[in-house]
Amino acid sequence: MHLSRAKADPRDPAALPRLLLTVLAIVLLWPGLVLTEFKPATLVESRNLDVFARFLAGFWPPDLSSDFLRLLGRATLETLAMATAGLALALLLAVPLSLLCSRALSVSALLTGRPAWLADMLRYPARLLLILLRSIPEIVWALLFVRAVGLGPTAGVLAIAITYSGMLGKVYAEIYESVDQRPARALLQAGSSRLAAFCYGILPTAAQELTSYTLYRWECAVRASVIMGFVGAGGLGQMIDLSIRMFAGGEVVTILLTFLLLVLAADQLSSLLRRRLA
Amino acid sequence: MSIRLDGVGLTHANGYQALQQIDLSIVSGERVAIIGPSGAGKTSLLRLLGTGLMPSAGQLQLLGEQPATLRGRALRRLRARIGLIHQSPPLPPRQRVVTAVLAGRLGQWSLLRALVSLCYPLDAAGARAALEPLDLEDKLFTRCDQLSGGQLQRVGIARVLYQQADLLLADEPVSAMDPVLAEHTLGLLSQLAERRKLTLVASLHAVDLALRHFPRVIGLRDGRVLFDLPAAEVSQTHLAQLYVNDSLTGHTPPLPSAESAQAEQAPRRCT
Amino acid sequence: MKRHIEALFWLTLVGAALVWSFNWLQLDLVRLLRQDSLQQMGSYAGSFFPPDTSPTWLRQIFKGALETLAISAIGTLLAALAGAALSLLAAGRLGMLAKDMSRLLLNALRSVPELVWAALMVLAAGLGPFAGTLALALHTTGVLGRLFAEALENTPPGPALALRQAGAGPVAAFCYGTLPGVLTQWLSYTLYRWENNIRMAAVLGFVGAGGLGQMLYFTLSLFQQSRAASVILAMLVLVLLVDALSAWLRNRLG
Repeated sequence: MHLSRAKADPRDPAALPRLLLTVLAIVLLWPGLVLTEFKPATLVESRNLDVFARFLAGFWPPDLSSDFLRLLGRATLETLAMATAGLALALLLAVPLSLLCSRALSVSALLTGRPAWLADMLRYPARLLLILLRSIPEIVWALLFVRAVGLGPTAGVLAIAITYSGMLGKVYAEIYESVDQRPARALLQAGSSRLAAFCYGILPTAAQELTSYTLYRWECAVRASVIMGFVGAGGLGQMIDLSIRMFAGGEVVTILLTFLLLVLAADQLSSLLRRRLA
Repeated sequence: MSIRLDGVGLTHANGYQALQQIDLSIVSGERVAIIGPSGAGKTSLLRLLGTGLMPSAGQLQLLGEQPATLRGRALRRLRARIGLIHQSPPLPPRQRVVTAVLAGRLGQWSLLRALVSLCYPLDAAGARAALEPLDLEDKLFTRCDQLSGGQLQRVGIARVLYQQADLLLADEPVSAMDPVLAEHTLGLLSQLAERRKLTLVASLHAVDLALRHFPRVIGLRDGRVLFDLPAAEVSQTHLAQLYVNDSLTGHTPPLPSAESAQAEQAPRRCT
Repeated sequence: MKRHIEALFWLTLVGAALVWSFNWLQLDLVRLLRQDSLQQMGSYAGSFFPPDTSPTWLRQIFKGALETLAISAIGTLLAALAGAALSLLAAGRLGMLAKDMSRLLLNALRSVPELVWAALMVLAAGLGPFAGTLALALHTTGVLGRLFAEALENTPPGPALALRQAGAGPVAAFCYGTLPGVLTQWLSYTLYRWENNIRMAAVLGFVGAGGLGQMLYFTLSLFQQSRAASVILAMLVLVLLVDALSAWLRNRLG
């Protein structure tokens, strides 16, 4: 008689967790589909199809009249200016905030390697502020500023300034903490002020990464500026919003193409500068 | 005839001629070792036999088929009958041993069954049975990146066993193992091949291992067959001819003594 | 020395661009800081406090938050599936022509911002969360498709090739040989994208694509600042929750 226990089918330890995960996925999927009113059939419903088809038909030929192109040129420059000015203002806020909350300049860390908890506590408000600034999407800020200061690019500039100061501040602080800490520590130990320790100890090594990230964010800012036009902050976004509402397919196509070219150009310029400056 | 090569030549895409005028026939159930210096063409020959490469000249017959004429389904069916044992097993690190072993029969399973088995192994018992002769059945559900090199190599062998191939091709299957393990694994492979009447063709660096475990030895040099003899008839002269290297002072490996198999002695390698 | 001169040149150019930007926009920041305009902004900001926390409004916010969460989740899920499929083409697995075309498609998809897609989808599918889901899915497919393709290209082909040698078909060889290597990376990218998409889903409502964004737009247009404040708070909470969840899941994966 052969003992069959040893020859029984081996139990797969991963079977139960996988089953539970699948069940969980299905349980979450159904309400998700319901909440999003997921009905692919509406795409081919005759009413919608008609509207969209007519809209698409209007895409060709693209509108290339000289008046429109002049408007387009202005809007593009406005978008670029918004992104640049917004980022510049963001820097004004981001640099001091990042210095405030970075542990790289901690004097109390010189002894033990970690900042004293009291000093850490004081850093938290700065960190919290940075988190707050970047957690609210910039377009919400744009909407608020449009209501506060009126339509136009000012709202967009301010919105970018606020959100991007949060993003830049956080990443700057992380970059300060990730480069070699020894020069700065040595300076602090020798009694220099924190600002001097930063400029001579951290900035030289971190400069490349900082520039690179800032240029990357500028590129993002260009894209964000377009989007903010949708809430009235000017630039290409506002133009495309109007054109869509007016069902002017030809204009939409031209603006979309301009936008794609703009993003591409910004991408290239940013890479070029990153190579040259950093 | 299990394998037959008639005047087979192989020229790689870059023009390098790896094999020339190879005439071989291997009967089903035979165990053959291929030895030779580096660059002799051992790997190319094995890849040829595994249908990874097609001969540039001559005729190749494998398991009753002509691989050069096969396409698609038929080629896959032929390949499913050939098991390759690699020097460093191509196993995805995060895959579990059970799935890696079960992958051996992908050539015989329907796509649906393969996909289901990926999420839930349908034949875990079969995988365990394949791992048992290799002393790895307790690692059934471990991830491959948690195994040592020697254990991984044995998983590769288990996969080929699970595949139930008719022809086993092993390219330096034990070169990364310590002498004890290498001896043990080769012995195991030979045993399994003999018991299941499989054809086994292995390329080896270590001459003494080849002569000890394989009844027939083929010496390859510069893409040609130098000798094709029963292991007992391989002499020192044959080996000297095989491994002679004009750019180095002569040092050919001595024939191992009859009662060797001393694992304490590291196998002498040819320079 | 030459490098320094060159760097100085570019820096001057950047500086000039900065000055021009402010000039062109005729940003009168000084005007903003004037007494009466500060007062105006101050009173506008003050009208947001205290945020409306009445139970009926909170219930509506909760529904809106769930809708936004669903939009981001389903949209990201669809994008992951479509991106995976397209990445196989874009990694060159099915020929050069397919590779070039799929890369072009992926680039086009991700160059158009989500909000523009949303405006277009509202036309195609009507107002509501479906348009938002589609918009997110379309844009994110472009992003994920490219990331997935890069992961595929960086994965060793050995395991899958060995399986083909043993007679496996191409699909099975992919699933058993290549997929185990890329799956964790793919999941990680998808989760990271979800963090971005929850922010986008919140604002897609501005063009009528449902969720908290739509509520925010309406309350601001109707000058119901205190209600808008609670919507913004809800957005914050949602974003922080998803960020935390995604980070935790990515840790478990890694």
